[in-house]
Amino acid sequence: MSFLDYFRSKKTNTANIAKERLQIIVAHERGHRDQPDYLPQLQQELLAVIRKYVQIDDDMVQVEVDRNDRCSVLELNVTLPEH
Amino acid sequence: MHRFVTHTHKGIAALAKIIVVTSGKGGVGKTTTSASISTGLARRGHKTVVIDFDVGLRNLDLIMNCERRVVYDFVNVIQGEASLNQALIRDKRVDTLYILPASQTREKEALTKEGVEAVINELSETFDYIVCDSPAGIEHGAQMALYYADEAIVVTNPEVSSVRDSDRILGILQSKSRRAEMGQDPVKEHLLLTRYNPERVEKGEMLSVGDVEEILAIPLLGVIPESQVVLNASNQGTPVILEGDSDAGQAYEDAVARLLGEEREHRFMTAQKKGFFSRMFKG
Repeated sequence: MSFLDYFRSKKTNTANIAKERLQIIVAHERGHRDQPDYLPQLQQELLAVIRKYVQIDDDMVQVEVDRNDRCSVLELNVTLPEH
Repeated sequence: MHRFVTHTHKGIAALAKIIVVTSGKGGVGKTTTSASISTGLARRGHKTVVIDFDVGLRNLDLIMNCERRVVYDFVNVIQGEASLNQALIRDKRVDTLYILPASQTREKEALTKEGVEAVINELSETFDYIVCDSPAGIEHGAQMALYYADEAIVVTNPEVSSVRDSDRILGILQSKSRRAEMGQDPVKEHLLLTRYNPERVEKGEMLSVGDVEEILAIPLLGVIPESQVVLNASNQGTPVILEGDSDAGQAYEDAVARLLGEEREHRFMTAQKKGFFSRMFKG
């Protein structure tokens, strides 16, 4: 801390910003950690099949697996373009 | 010391405890930590070997001051070009400590799962602790270093990229270690926070121990304060734990004690109170 900073004393708590950003990104990445390895490939192949009939963008097919104690649910979301 | 005989899937008795020092991110203090933790364990009478897994970027030998004594390395042993006894370097300061240096010339792929297992099994017959100094990253070398681990010391700096990478490596420990693949008890995880600056934490410029513990949610092994002593020690090839008068050296000594199950209060986590004038003119 220099002489001038002592009087200026700006109070941006960057540590709090760091903590909030980390909590969000780490939670997001943990959610994807348990996903099966085949998901990206599955997503690509589903895209290819749908594109035989409708032109859609890459991000319009979302594939996720939700697991609970007794079974896993493969959730597939396809957004079709408006016409 | 109590020894529990466990069996690997190949039925070979494994007596040693295998500890990986890992982090994901580079430059956070893995090799410094490996050198100090292994020296600390050996000084307490446990026969300890520290293995450098950073093939191609060997550095543990420099930190331990044995770089001019390297003849054979880890890859030579795996490929049958040298025996373990020829490759192991006995530490000149602590006689229960040995170093197995990494190869400086080979590709990382020279470390095969089978080769590493054979070396670890042979070491397990005579050593109490095997400390594995992981390379940075999450690729092959890092995965080999952590695969056989019973415990993991996750070295983390109080800084966003290091914390995020530590979380990634925790995910790999929980899914790709031998313990995970074999459905055994999980690898025991320890957080070691290094380069900690309590003054900056108090000013709100640095993540606190509590912040990092909350995000990573693993037990705290120790906090190593940011200290000039660490660089001075590595300049000379002295593991910083041997600088017994220093805060960083004592913090590593505490971490070793906790690793062995002792209860020790955490130190060096609050800022030294400074007078008005030193705050104004030095900072």
